[in-house]
Amino acid sequence: MNTVVSPPASEKVVPATVTGVGSSTVTAKLSNYIDERTSISAVVKEFGRKIFPDHWSFLLGEIALYSFVVILLSGSFLTFFFQASMAEVVYDGSYAPLKGVAMSVAMDSTLNISFDIRGGLLIRQIHHWAALLFVASIGLHMLRVFFTGAFRKPRELNWFIGFVMFVLAMAEGFTGYSLPDDLLSGNGLAIINGMIKGLPLVGTWISFLLFGGDFPGEQIVGRLYTLHILLLPAILVAMLALHLVFVVVHKHTQFPGAGRTQGNVVGYPILPVYAAKAGGFFFIVFGVIVTMASFFTINPIWNYGPYDPSPVSAGTQPDWYIGFADGALRLIPPGLETYWLDRTWSWNIIIPVVGLVVFLAAVAFYPFFEAWVTGDKREHHILDRPRNTPTRTAIGAAGLTFYGGLWIAASSDIIATHFKMTMEGVIHALQFTVVVGPFIAFWITKRVCLALQKKDREIALHGFETGRIVRLPGGEYIEVHQPLDAYEMWELVSYEAYEPAMLRPNPSGKITVGARARSAVSRFFFEDRILPVSKGELEAAHHDH
Amino acid sequence: MSRSLRRSGRRHPLASAALIVLGLVVTGGAYAAASAATIANASTGAASAQSIEEGKNLFQANCATCHGMNAVGTTAGPTLVGVGAASVDFQVGTGRMPMQASGPQAEVKPVQFTEEQIQALADYVASLGPGPEIPSASLTSGGGDAAHGAELFRINCAMCHNVAGAGGALTEGKYAPALDKVSGQHIYEAMVTGPQNMPVFNDMNISPEDKRDIITYLLYVQNNNSPGGFELGSLGPVAEGLFAWVFGLGALVLLTVWITAKSN
Amino acid sequence: MAKDDNGGQLAAADASHHGDVPTGSAVVLKDAFENPGFPTHRERVTDVDPAKARSAQRAVYTLFYLSIVGSIWAIAAYMLFPMESENLGDVRLNNMFIGIGSALALLGIGIGAVHWGKALMADKEGIDLRHPTRGTDETRATAVEVFQLADEESGFSRRTLVRNGLIGALVAFPLPAIVLFRGLAPQDQDPVKNLSHSMWKKGVRLTLDPSGTPVKASDVTLGSAFHIIPEGLADLPHGKMLDEKARASVLLMRLDPSELKVSADRKDWAYDGIVAYSKICTHVGCPVALYEQHTHHLLCPCHQSQFDVTEECKVIFGPAARPLPQLPITVDDEGYLIARSDFTEPVGPSFWERNV
Repeated sequence: MNTVVSPPASEKVVPATVTGVGSSTVTAKLSNYIDERTSISAVVKEFGRKIFPDHWSFLLGEIALYSFVVILLSGSFLTFFFQASMAEVVYDGSYAPLKGVAMSVAMDSTLNISFDIRGGLLIRQIHHWAALLFVASIGLHMLRVFFTGAFRKPRELNWFIGFVMFVLAMAEGFTGYSLPDDLLSGNGLAIINGMIKGLPLVGTWISFLLFGGDFPGEQIVGRLYTLHILLLPAILVAMLALHLVFVVVHKHTQFPGAGRTQGNVVGYPILPVYAAKAGGFFFIVFGVIVTMASFFTINPIWNYGPYDPSPVSAGTQPDWYIGFADGALRLIPPGLETYWLDRTWSWNIIIPVVGLVVFLAAVAFYPFFEAWVTGDKREHHILDRPRNTPTRTAIGAAGLTFYGGLWIAASSDIIATHFKMTMEGVIHALQFTVVVGPFIAFWITKRVCLALQKKDREIALHGFETGRIVRLPGGEYIEVHQPLDAYEMWELVSYEAYEPAMLRPNPSGKITVGARARSAVSRFFFEDRILPVSKGELEAAHHDH
Repeated sequence: MSRSLRRSGRRHPLASAALIVLGLVVTGGAYAAASAATIANASTGAASAQSIEEGKNLFQANCATCHGMNAVGTTAGPTLVGVGAASVDFQVGTGRMPMQASGPQAEVKPVQFTEEQIQALADYVASLGPGPEIPSASLTSGGGDAAHGAELFRINCAMCHNVAGAGGALTEGKYAPALDKVSGQHIYEAMVTGPQNMPVFNDMNISPEDKRDIITYLLYVQNNNSPGGFELGSLGPVAEGLFAWVFGLGALVLLTVWITAKSN
Repeated sequence: MAKDDNGGQLAAADASHHGDVPTGSAVVLKDAFENPGFPTHRERVTDVDPAKARSAQRAVYTLFYLSIVGSIWAIAAYMLFPMESENLGDVRLNNMFIGIGSALALLGIGIGAVHWGKALMADKEGIDLRHPTRGTDETRATAVEVFQLADEESGFSRRTLVRNGLIGALVAFPLPAIVLFRGLAPQDQDPVKNLSHSMWKKGVRLTLDPSGTPVKASDVTLGSAFHIIPEGLADLPHGKMLDEKARASVLLMRLDPSELKVSADRKDWAYDGIVAYSKICTHVGCPVALYEQHTHHLLCPCHQSQFDVTEECKVIFGPAARPLPQLPITVDDEGYLIARSDFTEPVGPSFWERNV
């Protein structure tokens, strides 16, 4: 393998710009001009040949970043035309089935973007498709980070920043979805209003303040607009910058492999290869989004019509990323409300809200929890294969099942009609999935991981099966196994394993409650474990033959 | 074989092509939905005694098992006295009747009778007692105010049939059917007769002109493709989310694999 | 093989990273395998075959030129496909063709650049060394010194009154902002009072949504469902109208009176089998308007709560906890349906102060 330690030591180029004297080309002059005023050459020297490892899953975060850029670009265009007012206007645009209908200025201007500004519908659809992809790619990116253990020290804080961005992205999505003031999003706001009102103590007043009086009022669209285009994006951009700074500080993680260690990072330099790939990928993501927007309708507000508290459409759902919350509301059994202490306790709201907050908090703080369990204070830059951390992978699968059950529940009515089932049956099945499913998923996943580890171990010790049967001189038939070469072996044995923490007294001779808890959780995590094959074991295995 | 390929680290030259073909087949297959438009058109005319007689014979042969010899109803089927010609034209003309099997509700099937036979059945049932008549074509072929119709549709119909007429779920396995292929006449008849669990929308609730406007709107939706491109079933955010995940993110993930795969 | 170049470094790097940092309950094998170093480099076809390199080069610049074509096409499509005719098909074509051009422009650049990077740019993997994220001991010592010096020079820990005063002031100064947010909603209104009443009162006629036409009892035939608003609502200004409608929307149905189970205190709330119920779901407030005329179930399309109209809209499925409020109705002298009173309880979703 040809390798260079960056920055390149043996480049033969000696550019004229080095001195700033005698630079003749335009490029050289310009570079000199800029560097004399910015010290940009130091940045190029530091980062120009920075190494970035290559793996498809490392680009999932980039999909999120790039779709966010697309959202900013298309969103800026939309702000030139959209008017966030709920004042009444009678529609007189090009869409015949709404002519003469009273609606808010917000809805009217969104219809004008769609039907009376060339390319406006395209930009609207780009914006909305990009938003769906933005949150989806964040989700997939988080799953990758979770299942490979990329959140471990020193990246716990960056996981948390990423989590905050995930929540902000959902908030951005929901505020944007509500802006056109159409029937679908208006009913979405009605649901939010109902949810907020159900919260103990503060609910009524939060709703009253948010909507500027009674629901729906004439304030909410303008307020959400400020959140959508000013406050939330500003926080999101700040978080994004911080997230990327940490990626540079930590350098990217890498998958285990021959030559890769905790102390190095192997891949392609930013200039030129990574710049070409990542830069090109921006255009690819943008291109895919534009393709979707040119061929597929999204959020046809002209069908929904203006918001009115009386009508509603069958199949009223939020965009996918709010689906889990909507699903949680749907799965609550009837009658959960009590009247106590002269107050109404809406358990049918409190339970799902608290449940979701606990779930999200578990996601946000998992890295700190696992660090506490392992007690491992080393930095981890080599990723785990999911099978090599059976308990973490199983916890992830349980979480996914829980989230997935809630998510599917948000489309319970559409599942019922399209698969010819009763909606009651679908909901009961999903209630079961959400409550019991995570345990089943945990158990199955853990067993599958352990089985895969056993298989790896078997291969490491005895080699690959070749399918070739030979007869030994003694008459015995055996299958020939082909031993692994050093690289293949390294992939199977280079992982870290943990064992349950021993319960030991602390320096003052006491066994604290915390230590007991940690020991118990550690046992839960690492009681079942498959250790990597050692050299001694391999030798012993060979002697058996 | 696979091991040796893995060793060389080089993909088969056709691998990329195969991947693309696979992608195209999957995409194409998902969107190749066959559509069959049912055209129903019954001529309205004064019921002749001959037609009523023919209808009676057809009724006794095909419907009487459930609805009784003189359409007075049995435990298996309701009385048809007073349901009117509109009801018969709707139920038989959309293939819902005769019912094939009992279920949560009668399903749309291929129509079992000719237009003349349906007319004869309608004439016979209408002769049993007064009920809604088959509407005149001037009310069922559009030409009204689509915007007014759309507003009425949203208030009175969309909660079951969806704002774009894509249909929706009801309780216990019942559903409100999609309206994208239903004729104006059948829509009108459904409103006045309230088939299955659909409420009746009589002329005092929604006047005949209002019904014409609603039909005008639905025909507008049927006859105009969505300006934004394919509608994804007009099912709203669920279909959009699924599409974004499977095709949008799916395509991008395949592309990330291409981007990071070592060049041959 | 890169072992020669890196073997030493690998070992050194590992040592520096693990050193004396606690490993927790990690298992450290004594005779673990050693990192075999980098595998041999495989050359790409474009490295060994100049013809392949040329063809890759052709592909890359063709993609870039295609992108230019796409951009030009998008501009042309903007002009070629106007949408001023009020025809939906024109909007569709405008959307699609501008989109196709732009997508081609973007994908041409993207795929071209990536292909360039993959097939033609030098295929040299590089290695960066990592350093522990924490600062070196020396740096940290300096940082501590800086803080100590700053503390010394400012007297931050010494001058406790000054410090605590500052902390107190910092805690207090955002509080006025919180108070300011009270202005988000009208000062002279009480949400609980607003939520407890609707536009309905004794004698208000039931009228059709949205036209405002009054409804006679005789209009409501068996199996019908009427969407109802109070008389006068349609004349309100838009914003006010929506606020009132959000509390006053009613669904009117006629059932066979023998099918209705009526509790003692609601004996005269219905009129000849005609019943009126609030359309606003008691769960989170979607309009509950899916009426099944034979089962007499009302279904909310948002979260699938089901109410049985024959049993005073008791919840039979789904997350709702309370029955839909019933509007007491009767007829006036002319036979029009009128309300007997307002709803006897707040309509819509539950709220904390709701005490009925």
